[in-house]
Amino acid sequence: MSIVLTAIVVLLVLSLIFGAVLGYAAVRFRVEGDPIVDQINALLPQTQCGQCGHPGCRPYAEAIANGEPINRCPPGGESTIQALADLLDVEPLPLDGEHGEAKPPMVAYIREDECIGCTKCIQACPVDAILGAAKQMHTVIIDECTGCDLCVEPCPVDCIDMLPLPVTTQNWGWIAPPPPTLVADQRGVS
Amino acid sequence: MSAQPRIWDIPGGIHPPENKIQSTARGLEHPSLPARLILPLLQHIGSRAKPVVNAGDRVLKGQLLAVTDGKFSCSLHAPTSGIISAIENAPYPHASGLHEPAIILDSDGEDRWTELQPTAGWRSLEPVALLDLIDSAGISGLGGAGFPAAAKLLSRPDHRIDTLVINAAECEPYITADDMCMRHYATQIITGIQILSHILNPERVLVGIEDNKPEAIAAMRAAAEGEPVSIIEIPTKYPSGGEKQLIQILTGREVPSGGLPADIGVLCQNVGTALAVHDAVVLGRPLIHRVVTLTGAALERPTNVMALIGTPIHELLAFAGLQPERLHRLVMGGPMMGFTVDSAAPVIKTSNCLLAGTIDELPPPPPPLPCIRCGLCAEACPAELLPQQLHWFALGKDYPQLERYNLFDCIECGACAYVCPSHIPLVHQYRAAKSEIRSIELQHSRADHSRRRFEERQARLEREAEQRERDRQARAERAARAKAAREAKAASEKDTPAPVAVAPDLARIQAKNSTLTPEQKQLKVAASTARMALQRARKQLAANPDNLDLQAQIPPLEQAYADAQRAFEQATSQEGS
Repeated sequence: MSIVLTAIVVLLVLSLIFGAVLGYAAVRFRVEGDPIVDQINALLPQTQCGQCGHPGCRPYAEAIANGEPINRCPPGGESTIQALADLLDVEPLPLDGEHGEAKPPMVAYIREDECIGCTKCIQACPVDAILGAAKQMHTVIIDECTGCDLCVEPCPVDCIDMLPLPVTTQNWGWIAPPPPTLVADQRGVS
Repeated sequence: MSAQPRIWDIPGGIHPPENKIQSTARGLEHPSLPARLILPLLQHIGSRAKPVVNAGDRVLKGQLLAVTDGKFSCSLHAPTSGIISAIENAPYPHASGLHEPAIILDSDGEDRWTELQPTAGWRSLEPVALLDLIDSAGISGLGGAGFPAAAKLLSRPDHRIDTLVINAAECEPYITADDMCMRHYATQIITGIQILSHILNPERVLVGIEDNKPEAIAAMRAAAEGEPVSIIEIPTKYPSGGEKQLIQILTGREVPSGGLPADIGVLCQNVGTALAVHDAVVLGRPLIHRVVTLTGAALERPTNVMALIGTPIHELLAFAGLQPERLHRLVMGGPMMGFTVDSAAPVIKTSNCLLAGTIDELPPPPPPLPCIRCGLCAEACPAELLPQQLHWFALGKDYPQLERYNLFDCIECGACAYVCPSHIPLVHQYRAAKSEIRSIELQHSRADHSRRRFEERQARLEREAEQRERDRQARAERAARAKAAREAKAASEKDTPAPVAVAPDLARIQAKNSTLTPEQKQLKVAASTARMALQRARKQLAANPDNLDLQAQIPPLEQAYADAQRAFEQATSQEGS
């Protein structure tokens, strides 16, 4: 009987000690905010387009941290899904078509002679990439445009087009050659 | 300087067939003036030059056409006299085959020089003045990469340069442009080297030439007699002409991974660049022509030419007797590192060779077979990388691992692919992986940039909202204070008799208002509306006394008001009685 009592007392003392250590550590090494959200946010393409159903990339990062699927970001495409899957150690899913399809990088282009200078697109642009003033022609700073589409909808005269980012000798890249193949299939035929 | 200083060896390397004899038999030729020149604004590493001429302008040979834009850029000059016909996208010698903005110059056939300013006494000039001359002559490295020469000379001002290396190795098969350049312009090249060493003030100047160019070595030794320039013969081995490889051969020092030669006190310039420096300083001529090797079995008479920058490739090929039916692939550069070009593209400052190969010379690569892990590629690699590992990582698109295995130290010389028994296009894979890594990095930096802009915009909107809120509160406070002041004033004036009359009046109005029934209220509103309409009409009439319509409106309105008022008074008096 006394051995059982000793065991209970020892375990009680141990649990009290560890509880105190954990409690102290929770206060001493407290992390402000959620670091995983920052890591997720760093992988998202920051177009702030809202196609995932959240008002920007950071809210979606928070939602992912809370368990939302990682396949709702069309601008990020497969590579972002893969990176998120690696970070969170989950299975990569195919892009959810409901939230849009993966597109090549786009930029907004304002047909300047049709622009009436209403400033509505300027207010819609999440990254201040549109330049202009009331009753003055507006224009898009291509280098700053994320291709998020948000300026197209508010335009009252439909003078904004989304065009694919032109390929130049500067952003052109080599395409990987097809991987080497065994000629076993040919051997099988003969 | 005939004593041969010590040289070192580089790891790896290969000995492909040299094929250099074909193009050296005819010396250096001068093709006739082309009718139209295409001058791309980007002929170097860095940013495009900015045009300072417009379509329709008449320009003279050597006149400035485009100026540098930023530190890493090169200006551009007219290679002949003529008229600028356009500034537009034009064919460009690039692996992508894409077009680039270019100045199109129609030659007038006169080839008239603009006024040149030669500098005879360059030895008395300050290095800064000489650098200015080199910069304004638009000289980029003529070896192949096209690094702006002035920027390279200034690349690490805090590092002491003790060795100036002149690259005349020309290790790639077929190419003989530097060889011809040295045979014909040895004296000028030595002067150019002296100008460079006047700028850098190094302890020694080493010119590395492969031993398969005895005529060039003899010419350079004769020209360098008595000068502090060592002409060093090095064994023929590909790729000893790579910048880092040549430095290692001549000095025994290795350029650190990701570093520049300047980090180990060495600066390397191509021999053609030295000639361009001579022309720029001594003759005052900008860089408008260069030696180009025209070779390959599809040409009847392979040769070397002094070609104007911007000459379309097909004109040069025609000069060398192109047999179109034999041409299989047209390559700019050599067979190891060159890329396929379109013959409509022009020759630019970095074009050293045009190789018009037949199908036997440049056969299509056999289909790649799986890697058998023989390890020949690792033995051939001059950068001591592990091409086999890089191959697996590239296939698996494992970019972090590729970077850990120093993919970016690969000089893309092609030695590994040359020795591969499975014909795996290794360099092609590395190039694709490098492009992909660069584009991912670019995306990341862009995403980061967008995120910062987005956050700053959010902060700004918040600031503006707070400011508006503060303004609103300030206005509300002001209004409250004004009201309080009015009430205080009213209270202090209570003693005077006039407000006494007001107080019961107010009480009477309130009493009257509170006792009105809904019907009475309606009547009162109708009366007020009628009065307002009448007043508005009267006001308009006062403004336009001649308007007959308005005059006609007044009596009915007066009538309506009188009726409404009467109805209201009746209602209230009935109530009161």
